[in-house]
Amino acid sequence: MSPLPVKLSRTTTRAIEARRTQAEGALAAQNFSPPDSLAPFPFTAIVGQDDMKLAFVIAAIDPSVGGVLVFGDRGTGKSTAVRALARLLPPMRSVVGCAYNCDPAATAALCDGCKKRAAQGGLKTTLRAAPVVDLPLGATEDRVVGALDLERALTQGEKSFEPGLLAKANRGFLYIDEANLLEDHLVDLLLDVAASGENVVEREGLSVRHPARFVLIGSGNPEEGELRPQLLDRFGLAVDVKTPTDIPVRIEVVRRRDAFERDPARFAKAWSVEEHKLRRRIATGRERLGAVQAPDEALEKAARLCVALGADGLRGELTLLRAARALASFEGVERVGDAQLRRVAPFALGHRLRRNPLDDIGSATRVARAIEEIFSA
Amino acid sequence: MSGDGEAAAWARASHAAALFAVDPLGSGVSLRAPPGPARDAWLALLRDYLPSGAPMRRAPLAISDDRLLGGLDLPATLRAGRPVAETGLLAQADGGVLLLTMAERLGGATAARIAAALDAGEIELARDGLSARQQARIGVVALDEGHDDDERPPTALLDRLAFHLDLAEVSHRAAVKARCTSAAEVAAARARLPSVIAPTKAIEALVAAAARLGIDSLRAPLLALRVARASCALRGADVIDDEDLAVAACLALAPRATCAPPIEESEVPPEEAGDEPGPAKNDADPKNDNAQPREAPAPDDLVVAAARSAIPADVLARLATTARTRAPAARGGKSGAALVSARRGRPLGARRGALREGRLCLIETLRAAAPWQPLRRAHAADDAGLAVRVRADDFRVTRFRERRETTAIFVVDASGSSAMQRLGEVKGAIELLLADCYVRRDSVALVAFRGKSAEILLPPTRSLARAKRLLAALPGGGGTPLALGLDAAGALAESVRRKGQTPLLILLTDGRGNIDRKGAPDRAKALDDALDAARRLRAPGLAALAIDSSPAAAARADAPTRKIAEAMNGRYLKMPFADAATLSQAVRAAAPAP
Repeated sequence: MSPLPVKLSRTTTRAIEARRTQAEGALAAQNFSPPDSLAPFPFTAIVGQDDMKLAFVIAAIDPSVGGVLVFGDRGTGKSTAVRALARLLPPMRSVVGCAYNCDPAATAALCDGCKKRAAQGGLKTTLRAAPVVDLPLGATEDRVVGALDLERALTQGEKSFEPGLLAKANRGFLYIDEANLLEDHLVDLLLDVAASGENVVEREGLSVRHPARFVLIGSGNPEEGELRPQLLDRFGLAVDVKTPTDIPVRIEVVRRRDAFERDPARFAKAWSVEEHKLRRRIATGRERLGAVQAPDEALEKAARLCVALGADGLRGELTLLRAARALASFEGVERVGDAQLRRVAPFALGHRLRRNPLDDIGSATRVARAIEEIFSA
Repeated sequence: MSGDGEAAAWARASHAAALFAVDPLGSGVSLRAPPGPARDAWLALLRDYLPSGAPMRRAPLAISDDRLLGGLDLPATLRAGRPVAETGLLAQADGGVLLLTMAERLGGATAARIAAALDAGEIELARDGLSARQQARIGVVALDEGHDDDERPPTALLDRLAFHLDLAEVSHRAAVKARCTSAAEVAAARARLPSVIAPTKAIEALVAAAARLGIDSLRAPLLALRVARASCALRGADVIDDEDLAVAACLALAPRATCAPPIEESEVPPEEAGDEPGPAKNDADPKNDNAQPREAPAPDDLVVAAARSAIPADVLARLATTARTRAPAARGGKSGAALVSARRGRPLGARRGALREGRLCLIETLRAAAPWQPLRRAHAADDAGLAVRVRADDFRVTRFRERRETTAIFVVDASGSSAMQRLGEVKGAIELLLADCYVRRDSVALVAFRGKSAEILLPPTRSLARAKRLLAALPGGGGTPLALGLDAAGALAESVRRKGQTPLLILLTDGRGNIDRKGAPDRAKALDDALDAARRLRAPGLAALAIDSSPAAAARADAPTRKIAEAMNGRYLKMPFADAATLSQAVRAAAPAP
C-alpha cells in the first residue's frame, strides 16, 4: 500500500530536520544498544545444512546478491542460523549519532542529517557491529517504516520522526521469520524498500526519506502457506532446507543443542575458535571480492545455464555470477570457475524456473540436469 | 475404554503434569479433552505442581495482537499525556504457563507468535509506536477440544510441545484417584534438574527411537530428552537411565509416531506392557537388564517398546496398515483457501487505509486519532472548535476474510478401454458428485481425454445442467492419453487459481494410459509421462482425488491409478462403491471446507 499523500510545507520539513538532528544522539543510544549478552547458538556449530550456511556466507560477503530465502521443514535451524550470523559479520564504520548507520565513505548515499553534518565540518565515525534486525511477528507498519515520535508529540507537542526497523537494518540484515505469515501490505513495503535502497515515509504529516539498504532474509515453512511468486524471485538466493534423515547426524544435532542449552557460555567458548576462523574468512572474502575475476568462459557458461533452464530475465544470470564470485573470494580463488558456478547455481536459479510454477520437486532436478549438460560438455 | 485403561491414561497424564511442572519454560502440553471435570482436575493438579506465584494466564481463542504481544494502552496514554505501554499476555505469563483455549481452532498467525515466544523466551514488540523487548519465558498448555484427527492445534505449535496427552476418554471418577507425586517432590526435582547428566547413549537411543517411529521433526527427540531429564530429577537420580527413557518415549515420542515400529523378538509383547501406565511398567525392565546383560535389548529397542505400549491398539493398527505417510502437505487447501477481501466475509481487523479500500472502522479511527489531539489542537491554524481532529492518516478500514469459491475439475477418461466397461458407471458417479457440487455452490469444469488428445469440454461454470448434458453426450473409444489429460487439467487448475478460486481435481480413469505426451502409442512411456504430469499437479492448495474405474483395481495394490494418485498427492478411491454416500464423503474430505 502506498503511503497517504500528505503534503507539508518546506519550512515545516526543515524544522523537523533540525529537531531530528538534536534527537539523534539520544535515539542512537536507545535503539542501538549492543545485542544482549545472551550468546546465540554458534553458526559453525550448526550440523549440516551446508547450502543454507553457504548462502548466508555469500550474502555476508556480497550483500548485492539480493537476499536469501530459506524455505523448508520445521526445526532445521533456520532462525538459529540467521541469529548466529550477526556474530560473524565484520564490523562496519559508521557516522556517530546517525540513526541510519550511514557509511562515512559513501558520500553519495549519506542521509540528509549526515550530509548536513559533513557540510558543517566533518563526520565523527566509529566502528560498530553490523545490524541483524529481526522483524517481530505482529510488527505494525509504523514501527517498520518509522513514524512520528509519539512520546515527544504527546509530552512536548513536537513533531519528530522516530526511525523504524528499516532504519535500524540499514547496511545490515533484515530477517523475516515465517515470511508467508506476514501481512501482504508489509511484504510489499519491504520488497519495495529492499529494491530501491531507500525508505520514503509520508505519514502523520512527516515527509522523510532515508537510506535503507539491507539484505532481506526470509524464512518459512511451506505447510503454513505458499509464498507469492512475486515474492519468490525478489530474493537473490533461495535454499530448500530439509530435516536430516541420517541417524548419526540427527544424534549430533540433538547432542549439540542439548549441550548448548545446558551451558550456553561454555558451548560458545568451545566453538569460539571455529567462529573466529569463519569470521576472518568472511572479512578477507569481502576485502578480496573486488579482485576476483570472472573470465569470459564463466560468463558464457552462466548465460548458457540460464538459457537452458529458461530462467527469465537477467536477474538470474547476474545473481549467479555475483554469488559465484563471492564464493570464489570466500574460497580464496582468484577466478570464477566451473566449481563455483556449479555450487551456487541451484540456489541462484532454482526458484526462477518459470515453466512449471506448480512443480517444486522437479526444479531441483532440472537444475541438476542442466548443470550436468553444460559443465560436462 | 475400560476402567483400567482410564486409570492408566490418567496416571500417565498426571505424571506428565508433574514432569512438565519440573521444567515448564520453553515447552508445553497439548491436552486433548472436552471441557469438563477431568480436564479441570488435570489443570488443578498442574497448578498445584507449579511454583506458587507462577502466573497461569488463559488466552482466549480470538486474541488480538494488542492483548497477546502488547501495545499502546490508550486510556492510560490519554490520562498520562505520554505513551503508556500495555503488557501483552505473553509477557504477563513470564515465568509461568499460558493456557490456550480451543487450541484446535487457533490461527496460524497467533500460533507463530506464541511459538516465537517459546523459542526465544522473550518477545520483541514493535507496535503502535513502541519498541520494547520483554521477557516471556513461558510454558504452553494447549487445550485441544477437537473431535477428530483433522481438528488439531497448528503444527507449528504442536511441534514445540513436549507432551501430547489425550484425556478424552477419562471420566471424573478416574481423575480423583490418588496422585502419585507431591508438589514438594516436584519442587525438589526442579532444584535437582541442572545437575542431571544425559549420557550419550541416552541421546542416541532417543534419536534412534524417534526415527523408527517415523518422526521427522528434530524437536521431538530434543523434547523427549528434556522429559527424560525431568523424569530423572523426579526420581531423585543423577544420571538418565532406561526408565527415564521409557517415560520420555511414552509421553513425548509415542503420540507423534507416524508409523508402527517393526515388532522384534527381543521386544516386550505389547499386550503385556500396554495394560500398565508408562512409569509403573518399567519396574521389571532394569532388573532384567542387570541380571542378563547378554540378552538385554539395545536401548533404542527398549525405548521403542515403551513407546509402542503407549500407543493405543487401534491407532497402532492404523499406523501399521498405512504406509509411512508424511504429514498431509495439502493442508493449504483448507487453511489457505481464504482470501482477504475488502467488503465481504468475516472481519479480520482493521488497518490503515483509504476509505475506498474498505469500510471505515469508526472505533479504530478514533483510537488512532486520540493520542494526537493535544498536538493537533496546538498546531491548528484555524480555531474551528472541532471536538475531534481526524486526519486522513487516522482512517482505519476493516478488512474481511472471504471464503474462496471452489471449482471442481472433472478429468474424465473416455477412452476405449474405459468406455467399454465402465463409462456408464463413471457418468453415474459424476452425476452424484455434481449434485454435491450444487449443494456446495461449487463451479464445475469438464476435461475429457480420448484418442490422441485432451480437450476442455466445459470451462468452469455454475451451470450444472450443461455439465450433465455434455457428459451424457460424451462419446467413448480410442486410446488413453492420460498424460495429456492431466496436463490439460493442470493448466485449467492454474487458471482457476489465478482467478482466486480453489481448484479441486477429480480424475476418473482406469489408469491404463497407452498414448504418451507426443500422441504416440507407447504403453511404458505413457505411464511415465502420466506420472510426471501427476507430479506436476502436486502443489499445496491443489486438492486431488483419483477414482479408479478399472475392474481389476480391487485386487492390485500397485494399480496405475493408485500410483498416479500418490504422485499428485491426492486421495485414491476404487470404483465399485458401496454406495453414493462413500463417494460423496470422499470428495468432501478432499475438497476444502465450504
